[in-house]
Amino acid sequence: MDRQALIRRLESIIGPRGVITERNQLRTYECDGLANYRVIPSVVVLPETAEQAQGAVRACHQAGVPFVARGSGTGLSGGALPVSDGVLIVLARMRRILEVDLDNQRALVEPGVLNLQVTKAVAGDGFYYAPDPSSQQVCSIGGNVAENSGGAHCLKYGFTTNHVTGLEVVLPDGELVHLGGGKAPDPPGYDLLGAFVGSEGTLGIATKVTLRLLRKPEAVRTLMAAFDGTDQAGDAVSSIIGAGIVPAAIEMMDALAMEAAEAAVHVHYPEEAGAVLIVELDGPQAEVEHQFDEVERLCREAGSTTIQIAADDDQRALFWKGRKSAFAAVGRISPDYYVQDGVIPRTALPEVLRRISRLADERGLRVANVFHAGDGNLHPLVLFDGEVEGQERRAEELAAEILYTCLDHGGSITGEHGVGFDKKQHLPRQFSAEDLDAMQLVRCAFDPEGRSNPGKVFPTPRLCGERPGPRQAHPAEQAGLAEVF
Amino acid sequence: MGVQDLEREGLVRPADGAFEVDGVPAGLVARPGSVEEASQVLRAAAQDGLAVAFQGGGSKLGLGNPPERVDLLVSTAGLDQVLEHAAGDLVVRVQAGARLADLQAALAPAGQWLALDPPEPRATVGGVVAANASGPRRLRYGTVRDLIIGITVVLADGTVAHAGGKVVKNVAGYDLAKLFCGSLGTLGMVVEATFRLHPLPAAASAVTLQLETAEEAGEAVRLLGRSPLEPSAIELTWSGPGLPARLTVPFEGIRPGADAQAAAAAELLGRVGEAAVLGPGETEFALAQLGVLPFEKAEVVVKVAYPPAELPAVLADLRAGPLLGQVRAHAGTGVLWVASGFRDVRSLATAIGRARERLAARGGSLVVVKAPPELKRAVDAWGPAGDALGLMRRVKERFDPDRRMSPGRFVGGI
Repeated sequence: MDRQALIRRLESIIGPRGVITERNQLRTYECDGLANYRVIPSVVVLPETAEQAQGAVRACHQAGVPFVARGSGTGLSGGALPVSDGVLIVLARMRRILEVDLDNQRALVEPGVLNLQVTKAVAGDGFYYAPDPSSQQVCSIGGNVAENSGGAHCLKYGFTTNHVTGLEVVLPDGELVHLGGGKAPDPPGYDLLGAFVGSEGTLGIATKVTLRLLRKPEAVRTLMAAFDGTDQAGDAVSSIIGAGIVPAAIEMMDALAMEAAEAAVHVHYPEEAGAVLIVELDGPQAEVEHQFDEVERLCREAGSTTIQIAADDDQRALFWKGRKSAFAAVGRISPDYYVQDGVIPRTALPEVLRRISRLADERGLRVANVFHAGDGNLHPLVLFDGEVEGQERRAEELAAEILYTCLDHGGSITGEHGVGFDKKQHLPRQFSAEDLDAMQLVRCAFDPEGRSNPGKVFPTPRLCGERPGPRQAHPAEQAGLAEVF
Repeated sequence: MGVQDLEREGLVRPADGAFEVDGVPAGLVARPGSVEEASQVLRAAAQDGLAVAFQGGGSKLGLGNPPERVDLLVSTAGLDQVLEHAAGDLVVRVQAGARLADLQAALAPAGQWLALDPPEPRATVGGVVAANASGPRRLRYGTVRDLIIGITVVLADGTVAHAGGKVVKNVAGYDLAKLFCGSLGTLGMVVEATFRLHPLPAAASAVTLQLETAEEAGEAVRLLGRSPLEPSAIELTWSGPGLPARLTVPFEGIRPGADAQAAAAAELLGRVGEAAVLGPGETEFALAQLGVLPFEKAEVVVKVAYPPAELPAVLADLRAGPLLGQVRAHAGTGVLWVASGFRDVRSLATAIGRARERLAARGGSLVVVKAPPELKRAVDAWGPAGDALGLMRRVKERFDPDRRMSPGRFVGGI
């Protein structure tokens, strides 16, 4: 089917107002939150119902055309980067909350619903949706499902995968299936829901999502503790965890990150502080009060110079605003920056931070560190000036070196931003060829023709027609013509 | 190398009629002592086209449908090591054959535990993963899928593959660990797993509520769900129709928190019936009671999953017919276990079919977890697996194209 025929077909399914074909309009969708990579898609469609989304996927399947799903486009790994000969399916118009069932603590929503919108819909009844990525005001639930999004509070509450209990999914051939139990637990069969969440759009498109709602905790207490340096702040984190306390969140920012956030939102971080921790406890009143006193004591013992306790919700919101706006705020102190996302065992924190600082010095670059300290998820921000010859390349090298440092310590190349397009060449550093082949078995079961978000996650696609079996080198590889990254 | 070669090496031996899976005798048995040996065994079985099943503690061998054949039964008993306990990171890496109880004992000195409390005393880590075993505290901590962060498996052709890792937060690659949770040996052999851990609660305080009707039970669960209380479990114990029932609600954590919550819960549940905070000794006894399912003697046990708010309606559904006997429910999560008396196959099979229809309309399911062979022949242990069954078959075909991994045990004959 040629492009014009496919466009006519898509228009008949979605209506002309939901199909974009003009090059200038298509440009709006050329990248997601990671603007380093840009590809103009062949066609963009904006379905308003699951049936329309299914129709679009089926049309792609019949035309032999690849497709990419996109929510709000806030992803930071190029996971929603279009393919030039493919259709970009934008779910942003599927924005209805279909059902709220408080007695079963579930909400059924469409994929374009914004993360924060869910909490807003149930807050009046004392409930909320736990995963809270920093972009929660604008990111969509469908995107959260694709990326298995985390957030500051996943230390205690887990990730998207722990809060999605059911999905309606359009498979790459257009078939509609239901995964997970929805309101009832333990459905018989394989946990395909678990395999789908976090598969970065490579297994199909979620068109309805059942979310777990939590009762708002009785008490929330938040403190911000300043330290001379990240070592002392790291010690405080270790002693809090060592005391058997599981805070809702423990976040750390270093001096450079604080400088940036201060310029943007005026949190009034203590001057001369080398690191600051935000520790939040929530839960039953009596437990929180008791443990909060202990956290305060442990911070002082670890050498905290000043401790501020949020007096009310406004002050708590200010502490968090500084933290959540830190990425964007770095733009105020550097013309360009590269956001990295890596994970280490939390106990390796001091060592890894020293190594990052050494690597940065070697390249004459600065790195601002913002991280979810409780679970070892680092977000080093590599600052550079694209106008200065060679700096961008050195920044990219440094960002990659930081990931390898994470892997050297038994960590991961991504804790929440995903592999996407950006990190696929690094994935074989974390997993063997056998591991990746095993993962591709799942891909082949869902998407044997490799049409759903092709070119993401895996560095080399597997031909699904092959009989599954022991891995054999590709002929080009054997001939020495290609290497496996 | 074929299986005969491994027999000469002593890695595989005849079962001599001493081993079976759900009534199906095994031809050969193997007890690999390392991941490499497990890989060797499965590679040899692939070469010889043998059907393979797996055994951990043996407590779930009766789960699912009887396998079509078991040419080789591979035990994880030789893989019983706790490989790495990173206490500061709240993470443990352990081999599949390690007993859960032994693992908990190894973690306890650091004040930590793997927050899974399935009732089977012999359960192994690999068995808990493969059978998706859970207990009362799943209300607070979730099930094994929520706690597993890394896995090592041996696939049908002997390939050793990993997914996840040893950090709690990790979105690199597909989450194969979850796919293997509850797969009952039909995709391959789980040989190692890595879990996130939780601090052991320092104190517990429990509340009990005496119940006259199923409606009262429903109301109590609803009140708890709407309150900010954070019980670690909400357990319903009911000896059967016409008899009184009891709700047990433990709160675990630090002393001041557990006590304050129990007091608040007793007041809240007092609106429904006679509620009381248990004394320390009684709490300990009640918690120990929750740790076992009192169904040792029952011939037929079914597991019913349902939306938790529909507890009274589900109990009413089950009441019709001979299905309903002694009941234990994880009432906050919507899982109930029923011990049925066994009279005749036909009436029980009919009752199961009817209950499944009603549960399906509620989005729930009924799995026969224990039954005599004649009942197993009459009903499918799993019931319908929904519109994703075709996709499940395609996953199975990719992982096990020759259909040799526990053939026939899983949903839809997988």
